[in-house]
Amino acid sequence: MSEDVTLSHEEILRYSRHLLIPDVGLEGQKKLKAAAVLVIGTGGLGSPVALYLAAAGVGRIGLVDYDVVDESNLQRQVIHGTSGVGVLKVESARERMLDLNPDITVEVYNEPFVSENAYRIAEPYDIIIDGTDNFPTRYLTNDLCVLTGKPNVYGSIFRFDGQLSVFDAKRGPCYRCLFPEPPPPGLVPSCAEGGVLGVLPGTIGTLQATEALKLILGIGTPMIGRLLLYDALTLSFDFVNLRKDPNCRVCGQNPTVTELIDYEQFCGVPGHDHDEGSAGKDWDIEPRELAERLERGEKIRLIDVREPHELEISRIEGEELIPLGQLAARMSELDSAQEIVLFCKAGTRSARALEVLASAGFRKMKNLHGGINAWAREVDTSLPVY
Amino acid sequence: MATLRVPTPLRPYAGGQSEVKVQGGTVGEALAEVTRQHSALQPHLFAPDGQLRPYVNLFLNDEDVRDLQGLETPLEDSDRLMLIPSIAGG
Repeated sequence: MSEDVTLSHEEILRYSRHLLIPDVGLEGQKKLKAAAVLVIGTGGLGSPVALYLAAAGVGRIGLVDYDVVDESNLQRQVIHGTSGVGVLKVESARERMLDLNPDITVEVYNEPFVSENAYRIAEPYDIIIDGTDNFPTRYLTNDLCVLTGKPNVYGSIFRFDGQLSVFDAKRGPCYRCLFPEPPPPGLVPSCAEGGVLGVLPGTIGTLQATEALKLILGIGTPMIGRLLLYDALTLSFDFVNLRKDPNCRVCGQNPTVTELIDYEQFCGVPGHDHDEGSAGKDWDIEPRELAERLERGEKIRLIDVREPHELEISRIEGEELIPLGQLAARMSELDSAQEIVLFCKAGTRSARALEVLASAGFRKMKNLHGGINAWAREVDTSLPVY
Repeated sequence: MATLRVPTPLRPYAGGQSEVKVQGGTVGEALAEVTRQHSALQPHLFAPDGQLRPYVNLFLNDEDVRDLQGLETPLEDSDRLMLIPSIAGG
């Protein structure tokens, strides 16, 4: 393909530092221009990936996301700016990328990446970059890449930990060879629940961009069959070898997954990292209703299942703290005959706490819908939202 | 003694430690010792039948213990065991 590609004088000047590297040169730069890469997610990982691929002159870059830019994104999602708050992420990202490099084409897909549209969206691209924030979309991305024979440049982050690999089932293992099953819902907190060091996706995302460029250029040793484990706290990079699992359900010898499935059902969690948790209509209580009932003097125990350090940000008067991780061990402190309202930051952890208590026989309880953040928006506006 | 690297999501169940010293002639013995010290870790690592849970990846130095001798793999003092978590943030 790259034989038909030419570079203008302006492009030759722009890519001068690439052209000077013998491993890239004019031929390599043409390969980059002829390449098409799909970036799934324009969040923490997608931001540096998209910026560096655009700057490097990857000719066609696709972006999939359906979110809008939020203030809480800007601590790490450096492709977006304060002026972009409220704007569609794919539009905000495209504008920044075309400002960085007007010679490339940026295609945007303002839709959730799901089994129904994944083939259509991925079809024109050579390489898929997994910058998503949830397990269902990661399994979908993997299976799609295996079924279509495209390499999956994988990156994942949590707090201070990062992982990176290239899953290319034609040449090595896939994501499911390493993680045949997702962890049980709730074991691994998401970034919206557990937080993430803002610069961490910068480290892992730039490595994903590096791997994508190497794959396009055909240089170096791609991370196929190897997994990087990065720990920002100790600044350690550990590498482990990954092997293809002959019994892998999607890339093994007798695959049982031969088409895309329902990944939300497979993982038991939603395909996004929004943290507006609900325990279901019958179990939720709205902030205003709770405020009215407390005002009437009803006896309700307010159990905060967040972590102790979150109390410094906001608290509800009269609350008692029992972090979710301690709930099972401290259940004796609760009385199932007394009404309980559980809450956390936004309702996800408290919905899980409600399940824990329900399985122990508790019935007189509610989940504060939207958590203390909804309480801060609707009842006590003196509290910050985080 | 060998060391076991505990990933961030499992640290709350291992007294907040990122690395623990482990003793045992095999990987299985070392893990049994760790889960005796930190009982909260036990259900996260092992299924009720005593096997490692399928989403738990345990590597000895740079190899998956499933590609070695599993829980029977001999352990040396200089060895490094790593638990590799499923994380999904992006």
